[in-house]
Amino acid sequence: MNRLVDMQEMLSQATTLDEVQDFIIDLRATYDLEHLVYHSVNSTGGQYAALTYDSDWVARYICEDYARIDPVVQGCYRLFHPIDWKALDWTSKATRAFLGEAADAGVGNQGFSVPIRGPSGQFALFSINHKCNDDTWARYTGERASDLLLISHYLNEKALQIEGASTRAPTRSLSPREKDTLTLLATGASRANIAETLQISESTLRVYIEGARLKLGASNTTHAVAVALSHGLIVV
Amino acid sequence: MIRYLYADQLGAYPKLHTGMLEDRAAQFHDRLKWDVTVDANGYERDQYDALNPLYVIWETPAGGHGGSMRFLPSTGRTMLNDFFSHLSDRVIFDERIWETTRFCVSPAAPDGARIAALLMLAGAQLGVGHGLTHAAGVFDARMIRIYRKLGWCPKVLGTQGRGQDAISAGLWTFDPDHLARLAAKAGVSTEAAAHWYARAFGHKQAQFAA
Repeated sequence: MNRLVDMQEMLSQATTLDEVQDFIIDLRATYDLEHLVYHSVNSTGGQYAALTYDSDWVARYICEDYARIDPVVQGCYRLFHPIDWKALDWTSKATRAFLGEAADAGVGNQGFSVPIRGPSGQFALFSINHKCNDDTWARYTGERASDLLLISHYLNEKALQIEGASTRAPTRSLSPREKDTLTLLATGASRANIAETLQISESTLRVYIEGARLKLGASNTTHAVAVALSHGLIVV
Repeated sequence: MIRYLYADQLGAYPKLHTGMLEDRAAQFHDRLKWDVTVDANGYERDQYDALNPLYVIWETPAGGHGGSMRFLPSTGRTMLNDFFSHLSDRVIFDERIWETTRFCVSPAAPDGARIAALLMLAGAQLGVGHGLTHAAGVFDARMIRIYRKLGWCPKVLGTQGRGQDAISAGLWTFDPDHLARLAAKAGVSTEAAAHWYARAFGHKQAQFAA
């Protein structure tokens, strides 16, 4: 949980796509993964990617237009639920060949992707992959399902924000829990009290606070409460 | 049995697909008199069906549509934000909240209450399985009784109208603890619900590992 909070904090500081790329590299180390990739296609067809793959593999992938046959791309772009790569269809001959090449380029044998549907037809895909056996991977993704969901959306949010946010929904509203948390903070309640009131752990509480802070573009918790109050997002 | 199907998978299930659209016409147009569009085939469809939503469908033993509901992520377009934003001061836009709409039970079903329970169970299993926090939706007064009976009531965000004409926006919390109770009401085991989920979202037999 703390790692997730740290990651969010780091990402919230990013102001350029290069910094998002740096963040992806750090994320790989923090989560001890083989590779990560975030790829976005916005409503006007503009594309952006931040990834850890070897540059030769990226060049080859683009040159061969492997997105046409990559089951992760083809299988995910119409979906919106997180998916293990084993649930995708890898049976066609072209796909098997692609898979062999990917493995040679250092792509792990396990993968997990979070498809994201944003506003105005924006679409993004956040994938992680690793080399390990099925049981280890099932445990890894099972324990982090919620973290991965949050990270992928924070990444998407940040990338859209840097790109100019023209496709953004007018208000980035707070989740009910984030609202509850800020409301209680605004009343002066302690973190321990708030956690107890909301029946959540303090580490979960920190995630809500960080989430709210990021959404509001605030520099710290007090700032987040002030922004939420001044925009009428919370009422005390 | 419950099937989780994206719109682009419905082509493989024509009987479920047309049955669902006909039953939606019967429920929302004919019976509830909602302002919905029914086409020449007698199908009720709207713009959200075109966004490749995820349907949760109860398939009867005879292979027909017994009931269904529809899910879309709240980070994309939702009915709540497009048409019902006046119900609540809160804009629902959250990666871990999906909107549920078109909760429908076939008028031909002999056991509508059980099908409602099965659908609610399948919806809960969906949210718990994917690590979501809430489902969001709009409901009318008659549904509150059903939710209460099933023991899974939404937190009301706002209401307009009174008595039987009242409509509300609400949030249902996804909690693993709800599954057993909903399963008991639906007359199935929690293992059955886990199986429906795994069949739709679990791993294929073919291994990915090269």
